[in-house]
Amino acid sequence: MKKLKLLLLTLSLMLVCTGCGSKGGEDNEADVKSEGVMTYEEYAAAALDSEVVVETYVQAKQSWWDNKATVYTQDKDGAYFLYNMACSEEDYAKLTQGTKIKVTGYKAEWSGEVEIIDATFEIEEGNYVAEPEDVTALLASEDLIKHQNKFVAFKGMTVEAAGKDDAGNEVAYLYSWDGSGQDGDDLYFNVSLDGNTYTFTVESYLCDNTTDVYSAVKNLKIGDKIDMEGFLYWYEGVNPHITSVTAAK
Amino acid sequence: MKKNLFSKVLLSCLLASGLLLLSGCHGSKGMHAFETPETFDTSKNYEITFWAKNDTNKTQTAIYEQAIKDFESIYPNIKVNLRLYTDYGKIYNDVITNISTNTTPNVCITYPDHIATYLSGSNLVVPLEDLFTDEKYGLGGSEVQFDGPAVDEIIPQFLDECSFNGHYYAVPYMRSTEACYINKTYVEALGYTLPEKLTWDFVWEVSEAAMKQDDNGNYLVNGQKVMIPFIYKSTDNMMIQMLKQKAAGYSTADGEVQLFNDTTKDLLYMISEHARTGAFSTFKISSYPANFLNAGQCIFAIDSTAGATWMGTNAPLCDISEDKIVTFETVVMPIPQFNPETPQMISQGPSICIFNKSDAQEVLASWLFTQYLLTNDVQIAYSETEGYVPVTSKAQQSAAYQDYLSRAGEDNSTYYEIKIKAAQLLLEHVDDTFVTAVFNGSTSLRDAAGQLIENTVKSVRRGQTVDDAYIEKLYGDVTSLYRLDQLNSQTGIAGQKDLGALPKTSVILLSTLGITWILIILYVLLQYLKKKKNEKKSY
Repeated sequence: MKKLKLLLLTLSLMLVCTGCGSKGGEDNEADVKSEGVMTYEEYAAAALDSEVVVETYVQAKQSWWDNKATVYTQDKDGAYFLYNMACSEEDYAKLTQGTKIKVTGYKAEWSGEVEIIDATFEIEEGNYVAEPEDVTALLASEDLIKHQNKFVAFKGMTVEAAGKDDAGNEVAYLYSWDGSGQDGDDLYFNVSLDGNTYTFTVESYLCDNTTDVYSAVKNLKIGDKIDMEGFLYWYEGVNPHITSVTAAK
Repeated sequence: MKKNLFSKVLLSCLLASGLLLLSGCHGSKGMHAFETPETFDTSKNYEITFWAKNDTNKTQTAIYEQAIKDFESIYPNIKVNLRLYTDYGKIYNDVITNISTNTTPNVCITYPDHIATYLSGSNLVVPLEDLFTDEKYGLGGSEVQFDGPAVDEIIPQFLDECSFNGHYYAVPYMRSTEACYINKTYVEALGYTLPEKLTWDFVWEVSEAAMKQDDNGNYLVNGQKVMIPFIYKSTDNMMIQMLKQKAAGYSTADGEVQLFNDTTKDLLYMISEHARTGAFSTFKISSYPANFLNAGQCIFAIDSTAGATWMGTNAPLCDISEDKIVTFETVVMPIPQFNPETPQMISQGPSICIFNKSDAQEVLASWLFTQYLLTNDVQIAYSETEGYVPVTSKAQQSAAYQDYLSRAGEDNSTYYEIKIKAAQLLLEHVDDTFVTAVFNGSTSLRDAAGQLIENTVKSVRRGQTVDDAYIEKLYGDVTSLYRLDQLNSQTGIAGQKDLGALPKTSVILLSTLGITWILIILYVLLQYLKKKKNEKKSY
């Protein structure tokens, strides 16, 4: 019996170890960049409109159309938003979560969102999936922007009214920023912390109306306390693209 | 035996028909042409889909919903399902996708350029001229159950924009043009006075003057670290209008591409000079002109008159936080001109097309709803949401609309001054507007025109040299990107492309197949007759 227990324990430990490999990367060592590739620090310091070469890992795919892909990526030091990167439909399918890619493009800024545009890429050996970084405490801080585009978490925030419906009742979310949209469009909702209110978005290309997060936001009630995960996108200020909403723990 | 023979002959006929069908398919696909039914069948229920575009504007959505509700109360047997879009390009892509599955909407807000592509399948889009004049169900027809406009009450210039390939494939829904929204306070702070008519020279000169910075990198005119004096929202319009003002080539009416000419090159040089200093940028490169204008970081913002509600210190719609909004006097003027005495500006705005369906009654229901969108109630309400103008003289001359125009500046919502002045700008310049030729591929050409500017500006910002060699390469790259070299200049006009005579090999193959089948049928008949003869003999 003891032997059986020992065997089960060993097997369980093995399973746990294997499972860990898919989250938080293959190892905890810092990224070693190939020759001619920038570190995140170098990328952050690079001037707008300059050419950049980075090695990064796919975290989520937003859209593909007309041989252009928009992708959220991150290495162990920072995140890179790849906007309309040249990509065939066949290659887009290969960009699964964690895939390592080498990207060559130009650094640009659009309404505060720093991104890489006019980029090309090649797939490399390696895999890394970022754990969400809790940035709740940084929400009102000027340091928040240093985490731009990262996969992040927000804990214990309160749902506020996003607007009013046709009958004048306060609602917890809107289709499109002003309620002019309909099911399938982006969802906008407001959450507060320490007296400050922020607008968060479920970006419909990233998470369409068949996803859990889309349903979860549609079920929100004003006053709910929630935890969220998503990508720290920017549009004239912080505008996270939320991928997960759960009741606050 | 009889049954067997019948089956064989039937099979032969079917195969022959199939053969005919196959050869008939060469160069055409689609459904039967629409014919207006004698009467609209009110005893049956019809469900139609309406794909509409709004400018991410809740009031516009509400107007569509109200229009549908009102229409359905007049025609209780017609149900209209609304699907909203905020982007013409997305509507275009979805229509193209749905053509292949025969699931196009019934009624669709779109651009004539896009309709030209939809026409690549025969009878997909309903030509409307017969419907316009139908005695019972035409515009102002005797059986139409609401007070719609007569055909001569649609502004002729706007209606003409929907005519191509010999037919009217759409009706105009709303019209707008582009306008220059100006921070007059900063223009005067720089020592200039706005001229009566805006010129490109004036805009460039003031923009360059605004680039002076202090030792800390703050711009003198606004005291901020950011200043892009001149931002253009739609660079395809920018190039198209500049070429028109210069009387230079863009395309011929039948689709011959003339964009890549020496005037275009000169314009690109001019634009590159001001991109190099940072005095000029575009929406695609920097962001919405309105955001920079309202933050005091832009002096000349060119955007549609249908974007007027976003422009100015007191704009009812705004994407930037209140603490970033700067107080200044906003002026709205026609776009800059090379020859101010003969101004030229683009006419744009949504039109409505109707997709053909196998049930003519369903198409008639679609047409009735389309007409309803031209009634005064819908036209006036929708035009008031932005700097649009109604497309009918009936609406434009109505007391309600005239009252609306007269109240500019009464508040910062319904009567927002900049919005009403933008609409008035178009009303005063209808005769100065133009549209580009519509043909299968005109959408690509338009995109290419904008891409020339976007690429040039990006290249300059990246420190690349813009010279003749650069522009030659740019012309080649853009031609290839938009497949402009594959446009057939002879048959570029939208619609059924005449693919010409069948190739000789196809003729031989089809003839061989035909002869083979004739021989098979003859053989079967001979066998049958021979058998009959033998049967008779045995009796």
